[in-house]
Amino acid sequence: MIFMNIERPGMYSMFQDLGRCGHQGIGVSVNGPMDEWSHRLANALVGNPKDAAVLECTLSGPRASFSEDVVFALCGASMNASVNGLMVPQNCAVYLRRGALLDVGDRISGARVYLAVRGGGLASPAVLGSRSTNSRAGFGGFNGRALRKDDRVPFFAPGKDDFTLRIEKYGLQSGLTLVAGPQLPSTPPYAPGDLVRFVAGPHWAAFTEAARSTFTSEPYKVSPQSDRMGSRLSGTLLRLTRPLELISEATVFGTVQVPPDGSPIVLMADRQSAGGYPKIGYVLSADLPKVAQLLPGESLRFQEASQVEAERSWRTFKTRLSEVCEAAAASLT
Amino acid sequence: MANPKLSHMRIEPVGERCLLIRLGDGVSLETNQLVHAVTALLEAHPLPGVVEVVPAFNSVAVHFDPMAYAAGRGLPTAQLTRQLEQALKRDLSALSGEGRLVEVPACYGGEFGPDLEEVAGHCGLSVEETIALHSGTPLTLYVFFFAPGNPFSGPLDPRLSIGRRSSPRTRVETGSVAIANGLSAIYAATSPGGWNVIARTPWRMFDVNNDPPARLRLGDRLKFKPITREEYDQLLETRP
Repeated sequence: MIFMNIERPGMYSMFQDLGRCGHQGIGVSVNGPMDEWSHRLANALVGNPKDAAVLECTLSGPRASFSEDVVFALCGASMNASVNGLMVPQNCAVYLRRGALLDVGDRISGARVYLAVRGGGLASPAVLGSRSTNSRAGFGGFNGRALRKDDRVPFFAPGKDDFTLRIEKYGLQSGLTLVAGPQLPSTPPYAPGDLVRFVAGPHWAAFTEAARSTFTSEPYKVSPQSDRMGSRLSGTLLRLTRPLELISEATVFGTVQVPPDGSPIVLMADRQSAGGYPKIGYVLSADLPKVAQLLPGESLRFQEASQVEAERSWRTFKTRLSEVCEAAAASLT
Repeated sequence: MANPKLSHMRIEPVGERCLLIRLGDGVSLETNQLVHAVTALLEAHPLPGVVEVVPAFNSVAVHFDPMAYAAGRGLPTAQLTRQLEQALKRDLSALSGEGRLVEVPACYGGEFGPDLEEVAGHCGLSVEETIALHSGTPLTLYVFFFAPGNPFSGPLDPRLSIGRRSSPRTRVETGSVAIANGLSAIYAATSPGGWNVIARTPWRMFDVNNDPPARLRLGDRLKFKPITREEYDQLLETRP
């Protein structure tokens, strides 16, 4: 077991694995990472299985030390991360001497950074088959909540049978506090610029022509009320031609629903399992990490895509992610 | 042979990773029983890549991994749609069994049911008649959502016809029994809410340490049993 001693938790830091599937039927949200790309990459960079629970930090990261020498990776938002004043690079494996103080600090760009630790991630008991934190219901992850000062967080240590990484050998031999592995080029295949692609939803035609035109041309700003449940957007209000009486049905990661106030919400990782508001569209899964990395005050523009483009772009996304993860694994040995 | 019960079935993509099987237009016991039968069938005969089958009032969501379907054989949603259509030709009749009858204790009115008198007034009933109509006939548990273990059941007696409150409450207590739009719900956890709160149950609806964690099951027939404040205090279970 490796312990992470938290001196400063960061604004909102909690553990997520790939999510809690199989219990939406009794009303349990999936949770899981907001940015699936960075989460997966962080695990791959340290040789973890893809379902290891990773620390997701929103807006600012932790200041913490580890009880053993560790190999970790930081992916996602670009952060001011340092150890003893030395800059810590991201998108690579990093060897850190036990007791050294890692300070992930403030963000430079992006909203969420992922910290994976080699060995298999958070060593808490799985709850309903997952180590993802359900902060609303208060279970999963580390004690069902975001990290606090003075928390002592257990991680699985690499097993005896796990091969020693090149960076671990070098770290031990060199006596250095901090050693960084090769950085991987990692640009997810998002839509360019501020564009976020979507497929029209079942109630697309129930919105006024003005609303449909506005939705696909004007920028929408991420509001400060956004959270892991939904990215709430502000901009020109979207109106229906007449009120709709809807029966609640399944929602997915990326459903864009429009409550009666007319401001769209992109449902994110902590969404409820069902919802009853009109659905103007579904954000392409491939563009969701981009939405997850937007800060309150930043804006996006929606661009309509076909179902064919949506499904092809998801295959491209997954294929590219596998390639990057294989390259990461190859760079470890 | 197509399944005659599924003649109104429509299957549509919900993004790239989910299909929705629509089984009817409104909320009814009959449609919901079909929902539960389809869910049971798809759980008993898992299709490739399907990670979760989630029933709602009149639809079933099938969440899946598109990478389980080969490129070049059509879109993954189209491939899975064909498989679902095939799978749903099986006999559903054996799968729509009658649920358990569960007596749910509920203390009506007062601080536990702040909207009881308003509901009675709106429906042109006395408070006693309102309680009798709500607790008189079993309601079928259609779906869980909103919070873990949070049940929605129906159909309510048509004389209890009322919409949501015009201004939602910022705090509805755990265990609150509430009605709106022909349905009865129990708030499994304290949260904001817009339904008409008429009673409170001392039961805990969800405990992650129990197996199964939800107190009730889909398809259960819930018969609310009026209890006194003293009985409520005796029966009170630990709140989440």
